Amino acid sequence: MRGERRVLDAVSAEIPEGATAIVGPSGAGKSTLLRLLNRLADPDSGIVSYRDRPLVSYDPLELRRQVSLVPQLPALLEGTVASNVAYAARLAGKEADPKRCLRLAGLDPGFAEREVDKLSVGEQQRAMLGRALAQEPAVLLLDEPTSALDQAARDAIEATLARLRRELEISIVLVSHDPEQARRLGDWVVRIEDGRVVDAGPLAEAMA
Amino acid sequence: MSTSIHVSVGQVAAALALVALAAAVSFWRKADLERDIGIAAVRSFVQLTAIGYAIKLIFEADTLWLVFALLAVMVVFGALTARRRAKKVPDAFWPLLVALAVAGASTLGLVVALGVFEATARYLVPVGGMVIGNSMTASAVALNRLGDEMADSRGRIEATLALGATAQEAAQPTVRRALRSGMITLVDSTKTTGLIFFPGTMVGMLLAGANPTDAVRLQLILLYALLGSVSIAALVATTLAYRHFFTPAQQLLDSIE
Repeated sequence: MRGERRVLDAVSAEIPEGATAIVGPSGAGKSTLLRLLNRLADPDSGIVSYRDRPLVSYDPLELRRQVSLVPQLPALLEGTVASNVAYAARLAGKEADPKRCLRLAGLDPGFAEREVDKLSVGEQQRAMLGRALAQEPAVLLLDEPTSALDQAARDAIEATLARLRRELEISIVLVSHDPEQARRLGDWVVRIEDGRVVDAGPLAEAMA
Repeated sequence: MSTSIHVSVGQVAAALALVALAAAVSFWRKADLERDIGIAAVRSFVQLTAIGYAIKLIFEADTLWLVFALLAVMVVFGALTARRRAKKVPDAFWPLLVALAVAGASTLGLVVALGVFEATARYLVPVGGMVIGNSMTASAVALNRLGDEMADSRGRIEATLALGATAQEAAQPTVRRALRSGMITLVDSTKTTGLIFFPGTMVGMLLAGANPTDAVRLQLILLYALLGSVSIAALVATTLAYRHFFTPAQQLLDSIE
């Protein structure tokens, strides 16, 4: 519930390892579902589980470092790209290697020393992705990662995500309002409408 | 430093001419403040007269318990008043109450311990009133800003929480800006003291016929004490209040907008 509004209702779906796309129209509850997956919010009733354990049994901070969420709008901390990456790495107890993280996120390592407020939205989005990767998460939750971008930047981000899956064997859960993007990136699809799951399954079945 | 002058009720009544002037300006330029000006004039008269009698009684009784009781009442009313300016902060009353109590107690404790003032009603009541009043304003400004900033920075705070940062870490830049805005007014006015305006205590002492050197020294002591108390109040208020925006699972409350 958000205030008096029921955003999700009787949602029951399984999300396997690999790449899952949560698709549906604006306001369907996709972002809310994503926020439940790393406990930025908790459901008023029901259970969300990760690796056969209810999420509420995890320490929320520990969980968020394993299941990392990149929000729809870039929201970096003041300072340089490198300082943001180092901050995320420190939280997860990892060694920071900003240049490697930026390369993985498809951003030139030369951006490391740039101030974040001097970046374009697309560059900030990639810096956000690089910052999340610095935590070496098992799962990346991406909320409409290309909605604020033009087509060229969108294609580049999609190529980056496909490459990340190959190189890091990381699971990705991606929220998108665009069924075509779900087709390009997901091999499992959860379709949501009006806060309810209308379909969930392998890409070929769910998008048939 | 023992000076005293007599001010007649007639002199006070004559000063009401300036209140009438303020009301006339408001009426003429349609500022719609005549009613508020009237209420302010009446309330200030009633409240100051009442506190004047209370202080007179406390001075005559010369017992510290009465002083502490009066200061405690000021702290409670200060917290209630400041809460109205911090509407966006959930349950702002308790952080404000603790902030004013800690700022008042520590500042008065320090000035007494350092031998600046004696621990008597004559010093503790007026200095305590100034300390609590200024602390109230500073903590109200700080929490007002905190509420606005929390709403404006919602995206950045959640993005930081999403990395596994604690609520304290995620809110830190916001809390820092709120603390700064609570302190900055007094810091700025202290910088310009004597150049652009004469502070109240000094004016009061000069009017009462005190030696200007004494007036300046006393004013400096009070300004320095206020800097300390205001920073303590804003620090305690923001440090306690930011937690009210988060759940125990380090989630930002949905209700913040």
